[in-house]
Amino acid sequence: MNDVITVLLGAAAGLIGGLLGVGGGILFVPALTIFQDKPQVEAEAASLLAIVPVAIAAVWRQRGYGNLRLREGLLIGALSPLGVGVGVVVANAVSERLLELAFAGLLIVVASRLLWHAWRPRPDPGQASG
Amino acid sequence: MRRTLQLAAIGTAAGAFSGLFGVGGGTIIVPMLIVWLAYGEREATGTSMAAIILIAGFAVAFQAAYGNVDVADAALVGIPAVGGAVAGTALQQRLPERAISVIFAFLLLAIAVELIVS
Repeated sequence: MNDVITVLLGAAAGLIGGLLGVGGGILFVPALTIFQDKPQVEAEAASLLAIVPVAIAAVWRQRGYGNLRLREGLLIGALSPLGVGVGVVVANAVSERLLELAFAGLLIVVASRLLWHAWRPRPDPGQASG
Repeated sequence: MRRTLQLAAIGTAAGAFSGLFGVGGGTIIVPMLIVWLAYGEREATGTSMAAIILIAGFAVAFQAAYGNVDVADAALVGIPAVGGAVAGTALQQRLPERAISVIFAFLLLAIAVELIVS
């Protein structure tokens, strides 16, 4: 039964990932820790591996739909290891609780920007983007 | 040049936040592409996924060096997820772009609440 739930959560993670352009780790990790009794570190590592084919499948489909700027996406990804170093420096300088609260605050600001963006009138589809 | 720096900043932020909070880069990349670089929502999500291939790939290589990666666990959630991703991208094409922004905003608020109460 737990295996069935795990597989269903995996499918749901892929669905949300494909819909929103995120990897799906937000559901992979609890699926593995809660329903497969895996330790957090192992669940996160397996989740990262699972994200790779999900992202490849989504890129393949989005390329077909004409929604991909491959060069810019790969540039963002290629430069991400820089950020891991920045993260380590920040994590050593600031308390974890303060970081969590700061990140939560940032997410609330970003969410409100997105809602404002969605609310705004926008040009007809087709002439947008560029 | 300015655009390259903007993309570099997005990549750095995505790497930093995924390292600090374990939330993947997409949570950062998608809104930054929409709000800062004026991407359409569909383009932002497709392009974010290209970045995630590399971000998750680097992280897996790092974890594998510590022997933490269990391929069977990954397959158990990853294989059904590939089907889900194909369905999710197809579903996305039928939604208005602003709906994607709204759903994304609620995802971010849910993560914020989880961080605050944790």
